[in-house]
Amino acid sequence: MTAIDHLPAEPVTRAPGLLRRLPTSGVAMCGLALILVWVLAAILAPVLPLDPPNKSFYAALAHSAPSAAHWLGVDKSGRDILARIVFGARQVLTVAPTAAIAAYLIGCPLGLLAGYYGGWVDAAISRLCDVILSFPIIILYVILISTIGPSVLNIVLAVVIAASPGIARIVRGLTLEQRHLDYVAAAQLRRESAVFIMLVELLPNCRGPLITDFCLRIGYTIITIGIMGFLGLGLPPPDPDWGTMVKEGTVMISVHPYVSLFPAIAIVTLVLGFNLLADGLRELALKE
Amino acid sequence: MRDRLPVIVLIARKLLSVILTLLLASFLVFAVSEFSPGNVARKTLGPYAPQESVDLLYQKLGLKDPLVERYGRWLGILLGLRADPLQDPALKLNFVDPRGARYFGNFGYSSLYKAPVNDVIWSRLGATAMLAGIAFAIIVPLSLTLGILAGMREGGLLDRTISVFGIVATSVPEFASGVFLVALFVVLLGWLPGTSPLTTGGGWPVWSQLVLPVSVLVLYDSGYLVRMVRGAMVDVMNRPFIRTAMLKGLSFPQVVLRHGLRNAMIAPFTVILLQINFLISGVVVTELVFAYPGFGRMILDASLFGDISLIEAATLIALCVAVTTQLLGDAGYALLNPQIRLR
Amino acid sequence: MTSPLLSVENLRVEYHGASGAVTAIPDLSFAVQAGESYGIVGESGCGKSTLLMALMQHLGRTGRIAGGRILFDGADLTAATRRGIAMVYQDPNAALNPTMTIGSQLAEVPMLVPGVGKREALDRARQILADVQLPNPERVMARYPHQMSGGQKQRVVIAMALLANPKLLLLDEPTTGLDATVEAAILDLISELRARHNTALIYITHNLGVVAQVCDRVGVMYLGDLVEEAPVRALFATPKHPYTRRLMACVPHLGSTKHSTSFLPIPGQPPSLARRPPGCPFGPRCDGFAPGRCDHPVPDETTEADHRVRCIRWAEPGATLAASAAPLAPSLPDDEVVLKAADMSTVYTFAGSGFRARKVRLLANAGLSFEAHKGGVLAIVGESGSGKSSFARVLSGLYPSSDGTLAFGGVDVGRRDVTQRTAAELAAIQMVFQNPDATLNPSHSTEFPLRRVLKKFGLAKGERAISAEVDRLFDLVRLPRGLRRQRPSRLSGGQKQRVAIARAFAAQPQILVADEPVSALDVSVQAAIVNLLLQIQADKRTTILFISHDLALVHHLADHVVVMYLGKVMEQGPVGRLFAPPFHPYTEALLSAIPVADPDAVQSRIRLKGDIPSPIDVPPGCRFASRCPRRIGDICDTIPPPLRDTGEGHEILCHIPVMTLSELQTKKNEFVFN
Repeated sequence: MTAIDHLPAEPVTRAPGLLRRLPTSGVAMCGLALILVWVLAAILAPVLPLDPPNKSFYAALAHSAPSAAHWLGVDKSGRDILARIVFGARQVLTVAPTAAIAAYLIGCPLGLLAGYYGGWVDAAISRLCDVILSFPIIILYVILISTIGPSVLNIVLAVVIAASPGIARIVRGLTLEQRHLDYVAAAQLRRESAVFIMLVELLPNCRGPLITDFCLRIGYTIITIGIMGFLGLGLPPPDPDWGTMVKEGTVMISVHPYVSLFPAIAIVTLVLGFNLLADGLRELALKE
Repeated sequence: MRDRLPVIVLIARKLLSVILTLLLASFLVFAVSEFSPGNVARKTLGPYAPQESVDLLYQKLGLKDPLVERYGRWLGILLGLRADPLQDPALKLNFVDPRGARYFGNFGYSSLYKAPVNDVIWSRLGATAMLAGIAFAIIVPLSLTLGILAGMREGGLLDRTISVFGIVATSVPEFASGVFLVALFVVLLGWLPGTSPLTTGGGWPVWSQLVLPVSVLVLYDSGYLVRMVRGAMVDVMNRPFIRTAMLKGLSFPQVVLRHGLRNAMIAPFTVILLQINFLISGVVVTELVFAYPGFGRMILDASLFGDISLIEAATLIALCVAVTTQLLGDAGYALLNPQIRLR
Repeated sequence: MTSPLLSVENLRVEYHGASGAVTAIPDLSFAVQAGESYGIVGESGCGKSTLLMALMQHLGRTGRIAGGRILFDGADLTAATRRGIAMVYQDPNAALNPTMTIGSQLAEVPMLVPGVGKREALDRARQILADVQLPNPERVMARYPHQMSGGQKQRVVIAMALLANPKLLLLDEPTTGLDATVEAAILDLISELRARHNTALIYITHNLGVVAQVCDRVGVMYLGDLVEEAPVRALFATPKHPYTRRLMACVPHLGSTKHSTSFLPIPGQPPSLARRPPGCPFGPRCDGFAPGRCDHPVPDETTEADHRVRCIRWAEPGATLAASAAPLAPSLPDDEVVLKAADMSTVYTFAGSGFRARKVRLLANAGLSFEAHKGGVLAIVGESGSGKSSFARVLSGLYPSSDGTLAFGGVDVGRRDVTQRTAAELAAIQMVFQNPDATLNPSHSTEFPLRRVLKKFGLAKGERAISAEVDRLFDLVRLPRGLRRQRPSRLSGGQKQRVAIARAFAAQPQILVADEPVSALDVSVQAAIVNLLLQIQADKRTTILFISHDLALVHHLADHVVVMYLGKVMEQGPVGRLFAPPFHPYTEALLSAIPVADPDAVQSRIRLKGDIPSPIDVPPGCRFASRCPRRIGDICDTIPPPLRDTGEGHEILCHIPVMTLSELQTKKNEFVFN
């Protein structure tokens, strides 16, 4: 072996990880900014100079339009709309991510099992997912919630049932792509357990598409919670819920349109934030 | 190519799988809505019925039997193999169906509308089909065109404009866009009616009542589809065979139309038809916003009231629609993609 | 001298990305005469494809020609005059539209000429398909790309290029990824068409053997520069640039084996385009680098009439090292049989899709019998679909065999897969995989799999012992220890393959199964990996099962060779006997298809018809009968051939008697390797 047989190897330069490159994507940063505004509002709600969200200002009912005292006006019970929106953000920003995470906790293992084992395990899991996915989702929600009743827990449960098959399908596809790659064979050859291979070898490589999907799914869950509220199946009153607020406002939309308008805008901006973030992440992942 | 089976066998296998899906799904709905049998009798009779009647019905319907057995009976009634026990005059429920107590497609009796389900459901389905049909007829060509225009030159001005539209449109749920559009066109401008009862009593022609509901559906669903089609088109335009076509000397429009288009349609095709599911979801909300006398609002009312027969019937029909479109999707996919067709 | 057909003068190509401009080609000049075949060789990333795309005026949105000019047929190359240039692409699977029939894709080309109608275009397409020797053009026209084999698709792509009546044909690695016998047939076709139409060729490849076979003149590219250009004979006889010389020292040479020479790999790896050295691009990797001279821009120098070289030290004696190195004192096999396959078969059963689909049985290995001796290299060769990888999977335990025995140390392991083998058996047989990009998990550091192996097999206890052992393994494969905590995405292909070798040796194996370990690597890296394997083997006396399709490489490093076709051993024997007549007709065809890196090599010209048949329905007689150029009659199709022993463990499975084979084959040619 000659002396120059090996020069010190220069590591191949590659772009750094997805999250570290996030600031280079304008779209993603816009989305993140929107989300952060709402997260800050939700966290700071108790210390902000807001009216109590459930208190009725009967005096304000006469002039319910936006004013200096009530920036966004008051609703039909005389409650301050701005306060209700900000406190509603607390609600939605805890329930939606919780529901999405719960759906992932169910969907990921199912997808891994189906993709890794194949055969009848795959057939059974895929069939179950197909059945749930062939329901028009809203009908599934309506039936579930109207049967088990509206509560935070039940909404999370409904989201898990409706969303986990979609997650399982994505994870299954990603697992199948890797299933026959050599590093999986290498792990089998040193007799790693199936659980180790699924969780340590396969799952981490699914993270790119899953991060994007997670953002999209939170956005979609926010919409779902909004829809449930709008249909009258939302979180129980009197605590503020954006969908319910929009619903209550539609009754007097011809007189006081802002009662519906402001909570609707709140939902749209928050969902837009998550969608922009997801889109930016997806673009970044493709650029690799 | 390994095992070439006759097309008939393939179709039969597919149909079998569809029927299995339908059975499983309808069982699921049955299980959820009839989970507590005590409720079934109570809900059928309404809150003010005396407890004795409820107990009698409980006996008569065999509600103490296991779930699977009751599901079997429900299926038997639906298929016309057994008579609907609710129509038994001994119950004094006064449930009468002019079609008789035993016929194929017997969905039972709606406790909300106090009429046979078959009398309630089909006219509403027709109204919804009109709404969804018009929306679908606009959504598909619109999103295909926009998606392909955006995706053929990735990163161009057109692409960025359309992509922003797509993202914003998917971020506005139907009830929100309903509120926005009503505030603008009904309250502020007064150009269009805010409700769509499909009667001319309010002084608005029927077509004008359809404009806003259709717009709401089109906005939300096309946003998602445009992004799908754009993604597929971008993907295809980066494939080597597009380079082959360009270097052959074909003009850019020729490359897009002959080589890009068909390949870019393959991936979104199944999505387009899965879109029916989103459309149905959107329809429920839209019908509520505009007081539209359709299927979606009926499902909501039935669920809130606890009209089990109607829920089950409506879900089954919605499932049939969804599954049929999926079948069409598979068929169209195979038609577009020769690699599937000839296997 | 007439004016050249294509003349590239001081071409400069840049890419503009988010991080600024990068120069892919700084200053490049060359010319191609009408009817000439011009080869461009270089390793991956040297700018070959960029050059082609510049010639096709298709650099994408980020690339642009920043200087110089391209003259074609005496005028500046424009989109309009570009019509005289056509291209054959590297990957025929990707180059054809999957949703259009072959006929309509071909017909598009003639229809670009105004006045040519669809019918006329289809007629021409049909005719050209016959020209590229595709049987039954009428049926081919109606087919979709996925219904054809890789070789057939490449013929279609060539036909598509020819339909434009080009004066210049650009070929971008047109045979990479095809089997050797198919490659040889495609190269024949290209030469034949060129002779018939008098088309000029620019042939881009990384394979020196292919260049030697098909080109008149050759340019060697490195980092966007043409470092040397010469007629093909002169280049191979007297390479002048250090890079060219080192490239040639990385490929197997005629008549040399591991016992006579060793490869001389190029140290390091090419820098990225953004870090182009100021002077000679090859300077940092050149052992003749002279500070103060080589770090200034280097001019082209003409050494002979048509021999250009871009090296200021080309004429200085001893400026660069010799073109090959002394052997590494390789390990020799001893008498101990480590592994013995006796009549071993493997059957794959596929469940069809859906339920009640027909089961498909595939006989991947049919009655394999051979032995591997301790400390030796047993090579298994064959084309894709020959069952060599299936055997590797059975041996390593990824899939159980179905019949016969596979004895390791006297105990049958073939029927037991990973879950049933003892830990000692698993550790003793280790594997190195083909694809460097798939062999390491992108989510984990490079040391992760090594640590897991040490832990699972209990070879090192405690954090400190494991860490020390990982360091030792990195030293063994000559990787800097600093790479231990890097993710695989920051490693080059060769480095990844070194980690894979370290992972295999972490288990202290007695047998190393190497399934095409170097076929995805550039030649210089390939040479380094082969040297490394031989060095480690000499040190540890591990038995190596080297699976490869590259007969030249096998000739260099194997002690015993097994030739497989459709799951069956056609011929086997010691390397010296196998590469000398008599040959099995299949081996003969494989040898004649080797692109030998020597323009003067005399090779017999035996070409196989068609493609390897599906292993699902194999003929009852000889498996090779359907493609055999020496088929003697119906007996080949119906009766399994006998195994003929020629002595010294050399066996041939053929109906033709050994004597007859010897006569047929020696009379025809003197074979290249001996």
